[in-house]
Amino acid sequence: MDLTGKRVIAIGERDGIPAPAIAACMRSAGAEVVLMETECFV
Amino acid sequence: MVAQNGDCFPVVKAVSNVLFHVPGLVRHGSKPSREIAKRPELGDQLAARLRSYDQAVSYPPHQVYIGNLRPEALWNIPRPWQGHALEGLDRRGRFGEIMPEEEFVGLLKAFDEFDLVVLDGGFAADSKARLREHPLVESADIERIGAGASSADLDRILREPGGLALRLRDGGVAGAVRRGHEEDPNLTAELLLENLSVKATAAMALRQVFAQPGACAAADVEYLLGCGEEASGDRYQRGGGSLAKAAGAQAGCTGATGGDLKAYCCAPVHAMAVGGAMVRSGLFQNVVVVGGGSMAKLGMKFQGHLRSGIPVMEDVLAATAIVLGPDDGVNPVLRLDLAGRHPAGASSAPHIMAQHMVQIPLERAGLRISDVDKYALELHDPEVTETAGSGNVPHNNYRILGSLAVVKGEIGREDLSEFERTHGMPGFSPTQGHIAASVPFLGHAREMMLAGEIERAMFVAKGSLFLGQMTQLSDGMSILLERNPRSRD
Amino acid sequence: MDLDGQERIQRVVDQNGGEDLVVVVGPPDAETSAMYAETVTRGDPTYAGPLAGVSLGLPVFHMLEEAIKEAIPEDVWAAEIGAMEFALDAEAIRASMQAVRDGGWEYTGRGSAGA
Repeated sequence: MDLTGKRVIAIGERDGIPAPAIAACMRSAGAEVVLMETECFV
Repeated sequence: MVAQNGDCFPVVKAVSNVLFHVPGLVRHGSKPSREIAKRPELGDQLAARLRSYDQAVSYPPHQVYIGNLRPEALWNIPRPWQGHALEGLDRRGRFGEIMPEEEFVGLLKAFDEFDLVVLDGGFAADSKARLREHPLVESADIERIGAGASSADLDRILREPGGLALRLRDGGVAGAVRRGHEEDPNLTAELLLENLSVKATAAMALRQVFAQPGACAAADVEYLLGCGEEASGDRYQRGGGSLAKAAGAQAGCTGATGGDLKAYCCAPVHAMAVGGAMVRSGLFQNVVVVGGGSMAKLGMKFQGHLRSGIPVMEDVLAATAIVLGPDDGVNPVLRLDLAGRHPAGASSAPHIMAQHMVQIPLERAGLRISDVDKYALELHDPEVTETAGSGNVPHNNYRILGSLAVVKGEIGREDLSEFERTHGMPGFSPTQGHIAASVPFLGHAREMMLAGEIERAMFVAKGSLFLGQMTQLSDGMSILLERNPRSRD
Repeated sequence: MDLDGQERIQRVVDQNGGEDLVVVVGPPDAETSAMYAETVTRGDPTYAGPLAGVSLGLPVFHMLEEAIKEAIPEDVWAAEIGAMEFALDAEAIRASMQAVRDGGWEYTGRGSAGA
């Protein structure tokens, strides 16, 4: 999948993959991150 | 134990873990109060599915929390634990107790110095009769509870603007909480109830810890370090804090000052490190870390529990107190030279956090991940979280830590699933935020080290800083507890 | 999924239009992953949030899916994801995500209704 030029909504979770990690991956693939959310349910 | 620079590491002298069963107050939890405001019928649905005190006392994870059972015992009790009430165990445990709501609501009045709480006369009489039997409740407390108000007076107070009713599990009104100020959003009845609950639970955790053999005398404490997530203050200083001092003042700590360390759920481990450093440096001899219960987290997952057909499980406030002191040659030592921290510049990915908090400090001492007997991570009771679709938090965290050991070649991939059994434990803590973050195991670890059963335990906690919408960062901190080497002589 | 989070997603879609938007999620388990995916495709399955009954129809992937992994440079993947790939139950997560995309996933009533 080509992520170049895509605009990404990153929804992470504290004990899974948090949003900043998703965002770093997305940017490295040429995408722009337009929203970052990390959930924590406890 | 002597550190490299010649001074001694501090020790953990005593730990208390106390629960307060408050089914009637669940409606004041953040999620229940918001949902009931939108759909009032939820209030009745919730009220119909509250646990009795006996159910709360006999619930196995609660008995682990107060010290009557080791965490590993839960591996051998079939799930759902809810359906396996333990017999022959009572409200008292080695680390504290499980207090019923009839006593706790009375104590709210005993710890109230501003006449915010008004109790119904009948309820006050009943509560005092029960509390007179409590070994840690004093005559001064009974006096402050007083006679309570007549039904007419209570009705009038309940009709005042901004007040709220204090209910019990059966729906009966035990009293009311007034607002503290006409305009101040930080002195609403709801916030004052929340903060008074922290004060009361923290004060009782302190009284419990001083009652333990080997703890220091309350009057000898010099510094109280709060580690809860509440904010206590008024309109000009919303998070002024020092609730630890307020609690300590009514727990006999006449020689102490104190402050509150704010670090989300990670605060208890931060506080142990800071409190330990105070002792090690010689600043103070007797430091106590204390965390009160979280009213906001009551009933957080109540909708998931209702949907799953089980009682509402988040019906207890949990508190803890930890006495730190200079090395006595007996008690387990806090290895302040092996504390781990998550730096602001590092990724918040869980495996990177685990590297910073576990791998890096252990490598400083030439230790492997598997050289630590037990890791205490986030210890939330999975029965509370799984039944509401939030997974098994300790299990997930043990897998992350175990995967580091795999990457380092210490264990094989096929051994990853066993890691939580060999180096971890099942979750058992109420989902009370900072309370669940590793410290519920501290009392157990201390006893196991005194008995020579384990050598090392690492306490690893995380904080979700991003929830305050000030940063996307997470936080983490860890500390290693070790059996006192001189205790082997 | 957190209710305020749902609102922020709705706002981003309103401001940016749906073109070129992709949702990438990172929950540790299959059930939660499916719930997030369902929320941004057919709508909040718990009917609790602003996206209840709102079909955004956004393409959604979990970080651990092959389609995403192959787009990420190896060194970045190793640093940001690394051991999480086998710490989490990647197989179950992938199956769950595909089930949502195929329209074959059903909300069992126990999911996180958000904070």
